[in-house]
Amino acid sequence: MKGQVFAITLVVMSGVATFIMFISTMDSLNLTRNKFYQDYSFADVFVHLKRAPESLKEKIKEVPGINLVETRVSAYVKLDISGFNEPVNARILSIPDDGKPLLNRLYIRKGRLPDPFKDNEAVVNENFAKAHGFNLGDQFAAIINGKWKKLTITGIALSPEFILLMKPEAMSPDFKRYGVLWMSRKALSKAYNMDGAFNSVALTLYPGAKLSDVLRELDNIVGRYGGFGAYGRKDQISHRLLSEEFKQLQTSSRIFPTIFIFVAAFLLNVVMSRTINTQREQIATLKAFGYDNIDIAIHYAKLVVLIIFAGLITGIAGGIWFGHILGDIYMEVYRFPFLIYTLQPWVIIASILVSIASALVGTLHTLWRAAKQPPAEAMRPEPPAQYRVSLIEKIGIGRWLTQPSKIIARNIERKPIRTFFSVIGIAVACGTMISSGFFKDAVDYMVNVQFVLSQKEDMTVAFAELTSHRAVYELKELEGVHYAETFRIVPVKFRYGHRSYKTVINGIEPDSRLHLLLDTNLKAVSLPPSGIMLTDHLAKILDVKASDMLTVEVLEGSRTIRQVPVVALVKQYLGVMGYMDLAALNRLMSEGDAVSGAYLVTDSRYREKLFQDFIKMPRVSGTVVRTDEIRNFHEVQAKGMLFFTFIATLMACFISFGVVYNNARIAFSERSRELSSLRVLGYTRGEISYILLGELALITLIAIPIGFILGYWLCAYIAQALASDLFRVPLIIETKTFSLASAVVLVSASVSGLIVRHKLDHLDLVEVLKTRE
Amino acid sequence: MSRKKEHADNLKELVFQVQDLTKTYKMGEVEVHALRGANMELYSGELIVLLGPSGSGKSTLLNILGGLDTATSGFVSYRGDDLTKANEQSLTEYRRFHVGFVFQFYNLISSLTARENVTVVTEIAKNPMIPEDALALVGLTDRLDHFPAQLSGGEQQRVAIARAISKNPEVLLCDEPTGALDSKTGIVVLEALERINRELGTATAIITHNVDIASMADRVVHLSNGKITEVTINKTKKSPGELQW
Repeated sequence: MKGQVFAITLVVMSGVATFIMFISTMDSLNLTRNKFYQDYSFADVFVHLKRAPESLKEKIKEVPGINLVETRVSAYVKLDISGFNEPVNARILSIPDDGKPLLNRLYIRKGRLPDPFKDNEAVVNENFAKAHGFNLGDQFAAIINGKWKKLTITGIALSPEFILLMKPEAMSPDFKRYGVLWMSRKALSKAYNMDGAFNSVALTLYPGAKLSDVLRELDNIVGRYGGFGAYGRKDQISHRLLSEEFKQLQTSSRIFPTIFIFVAAFLLNVVMSRTINTQREQIATLKAFGYDNIDIAIHYAKLVVLIIFAGLITGIAGGIWFGHILGDIYMEVYRFPFLIYTLQPWVIIASILVSIASALVGTLHTLWRAAKQPPAEAMRPEPPAQYRVSLIEKIGIGRWLTQPSKIIARNIERKPIRTFFSVIGIAVACGTMISSGFFKDAVDYMVNVQFVLSQKEDMTVAFAELTSHRAVYELKELEGVHYAETFRIVPVKFRYGHRSYKTVINGIEPDSRLHLLLDTNLKAVSLPPSGIMLTDHLAKILDVKASDMLTVEVLEGSRTIRQVPVVALVKQYLGVMGYMDLAALNRLMSEGDAVSGAYLVTDSRYREKLFQDFIKMPRVSGTVVRTDEIRNFHEVQAKGMLFFTFIATLMACFISFGVVYNNARIAFSERSRELSSLRVLGYTRGEISYILLGELALITLIAIPIGFILGYWLCAYIAQALASDLFRVPLIIETKTFSLASAVVLVSASVSGLIVRHKLDHLDLVEVLKTRE
Repeated sequence: MSRKKEHADNLKELVFQVQDLTKTYKMGEVEVHALRGANMELYSGELIVLLGPSGSGKSTLLNILGGLDTATSGFVSYRGDDLTKANEQSLTEYRRFHVGFVFQFYNLISSLTARENVTVVTEIAKNPMIPEDALALVGLTDRLDHFPAQLSGGEQQRVAIARAISKNPEVLLCDEPTGALDSKTGIVVLEALERINRELGTATAIITHNVDIASMADRVVHLSNGKITEVTINKTKKSPGELQW
C-alpha cells in the first residue's frame, strides 16, 4: 500500500497546496493593499479638469459626504533619457509644498521629497527607476510645457495610486516607457501657469456617503472648468486591475483544489475498499471479540485520516512556499512597499476539514460495509468474482478477441463505477493540463486579433491638445513616415435605460487602413458615416443591440448630451469603447475637424530619428510603438504564466500518475494470482503485462478525448469567470495544447505502467499457487 | 499414429531425470533445506505419485520439475535438456509447450468461461486440442459456457485439468489436485487424470499426502524431510473408483 499512499499523498498535497497558495496570495495581496491604502491615505474619488481656481476647493468641500479634499497639478510629459532612444512618457503630479500630502501619500523607498524651492528636483516611481537603473542624484530631462528641463532624482517612491502603473491608452504595463514623477507644487504651478489653480482633485468620503451622488455633484461643480468626469476607486486603473487579479485568484482557488479533493476522495475510496476486502477476516475476528460497528468504522476512519495526513502537512508547507513565490511574482508588477504574507488560520482549518471530510465521504460506503458485515460471513473467504460476457462481445466483436483481450473487456465492465471514475480522474488531469495551455493560446490569439488583425499602425502619436486635422501634414512630411491617419478620443458616458458606462468614443477616419473594426467572424467591417458602433462586451453591459438609440453624455468641453443610434457591434477582446466616423464625432461635438492623435506607418530604419523628432515636437505628447506593446504584453504575462503552467503541469502529472498508478496497483493486487497462473501456464511476461497494462491503457485512451471535452468546459468556465471590461478571454485552444495535455497524461500513465510492469516481472509464481485467495 | 499407440511404443522413454537435487531457501532469518539431494526419474506414459507429509519437499520438487523454481544444486533434465541451466525465457517456453499444471486451488481465470479457460492455453500452444474436446474428456460438455463462479469445486478442478491437457503436454504435474475437494468429488477428478494418462499417454506426476491415492500410481515416490526415502512399484494399480478415504 506504500506506493498508493504515496500517490494519494501527492494528490492531497497538490489540492491543499494550491488552495493555500491561491487563498493566501489573495489574502496577502488584499491585506497589503488595504494596509497601503489606509496608511498612505488612498483617495476614494478622483477628478481631472482643465483649470480651476484654488477657491473652488472650498466649494467641493461643501458637497455632502466629502471628507478630505486635495487639489493637485498634474501633467503628461515626454522624457528624454540619455542612452535610451525611445519615446518615454511620464505623468507628473504635484506634492504640496509643505511636503505633507493629505491623500495618496508617498512611501519613500530611498531619498527625500523634492525641495519646494527647487524646480529641478523630482521623485520617481520605483518600477521606473528600476527599469532604467536610476539612483538618487541621477539626471534625465523632461519636456515640461514645451521646455526642455533637466531633473535630478531626489527620491524613489511608491504610491497607493500606482500600485500597478499603466499608460492610459496601453494594453499592458511598460515600466521602461512610462513612469510617474512627483515635483513640488510650486515648481509645477509655475511651469504650467497654475499659480493659484489646479487641474486634478483627489478626495475621500465619509463612511456612508453615496458615491453616485457625490460624483454627480462633483461633475456639476467642475463641469465648467473643463472637468473630465469624476470617478471612484472602482474606475481607478491601478485599483481596478488589482481587483481583476483578485478575481482571477479567486476563480483559480475555487476550481483547482476542488478537482484535487474529488480525485483524492476517489483514490481513497478505491484503496480503502481493497484494504477492507483483504482484511475481512481481521474485521470478523475483532467483531467476534466484541468490537462493535462503531469501533470498526472509527478504526478505518483513523486509517483514512492517517493516509491523508502526510498530504495535508506537505500541502500546507508547499502552499505557503508557493504562496511566497506567487507573491514575489506579483510584486514584480504590482508595487507595494512590502508584501505582508498572511495565512489566516481558517484557511488551514478549512483545508484540513474539507480534506478529511471529503476523504471520509469518499470512503463512507466502504467503511459502512466493513462495519456492518456479520462476523461469520466475513470469516468465510469471498466467493469467486461474478463475471458476465461483456457488452462489447455481445455486439459481435467477441470472436475477434483473444482470451487476454476478453479478460480486459470483462474486468473493465465488471466494475463500471470504478472504471467510470478512473476515466473521469484521468480526464480531469488532461483537462487541467489543457486549461494551463489555454491561457497562452488565448493571450496569443488576443494579441493577434488586437495587434495584427485590427491595429495595423506601427506607431500611435498622441497630441498634447485637440489639434486641427492639418497637424497630420506636419507628421506626414517627416522622413520615415509613410502614411498617417488621424483619430479623436472623446471621454463619454453611455446611457441606455437604467444602465450607464463611462468610457471613450474613438473617432477614426472612414475606410481606415490602419484601424480595422472586426465583426464577430473577425471580418473587417466599414464604419458608417453616422451612428455609433460599440464593442460587443459594452453592448452586453448596456444591454443594447444594433439599431437601439443610445444616450451619449460627453464628459469634456461642451458636455453635450445626444441620442446616437447604435449601427453595429464590433468584436474586441481588450477594452470597451464606442467607434464613430471622425467627422460624425466632430459633428456630435460641434467642433470643426479636431483630432487628438494619429496612427502612423513608418519605416523601421528611421525609428530612432522619428523618436527624436517627436521629443522635439511640442504638439506630440506621447508615442506608442506597436512592437513594444506586443512584446510587453507577452513579457508581463510570461512570468506568471510560466509559474501557472508549471503548477498545472505538476498537478496534472500528479493526478494522472495517482489515478493510473492506484488503478494499476489495485488491479495488480486483485489479479496477481490469475496473472501468476497464466505465467505458470506458459504465458510470457509481456503477455501477462498486456492483460493488466492493456486495461490501463484502454482506460487512459478512453479518458483522453473525454479530457479534451472536460478541458474545453473548464476553459469555457475560466474564460467566462475572467471576462471583465478590461479584457475578455477568447475560448481558443490550440491543437498543440491538446497534444501536450495528452502527452503529459500518457507519460505519467506510462511511468505508473512501468512501475507495475516491474512488479509483474517479479511475481512469485510458487507462492501464489499455494494459497487460496 | 495414434497417441495410444505411440504411448505403447515409447513406454520406457526417459522424461525427467533428477540427480542430487538440493534446494535451500531463506524464510526470514531461517534457512530451510527443502530438498537435500533427491534422485528420481519419470518415464513417458507413467503415472507416479509423490507422497509425503507437508514440508517433505514434494512441492519444491514438482515446482523445479515444472520450471517454476530453480534448484540450489544438482541436475534435472527434461528429455535430455538441462533444466537447471535454462534461463527465464526458455523456462517460460518449456512451460508453454511441454508441461500441463493442475493446482490444488484450480487457479482458473474467473472472468473467463470454462471453454475460454481452456482456450487461453490452446491459443498459445503449438499443437493444441480443440477446447471442447478437452472439456469432453473431463465430462464437462454441458458446462462449456459457465463461469468459474457458476461451477462446483470438482467441476472447476476438471476445467483446470482440461486446460492442462489441452496443449497436448508431455507431462502433467498435479499439486494436491484433490486437496480442496471432498472424497467423492476428488475421485471424479482422479478418474479424469487417470483417463488422460491412459488414453493420451501423458506422463503424470501427482503430489499428495493422501496414502490411498498412491495405489492408483505406477510408482510411488516417498519423500520425507527433503529426501526421497523409497520408491515403490504398484504391481496392480487400483482404478480411482476403487479408492476410498
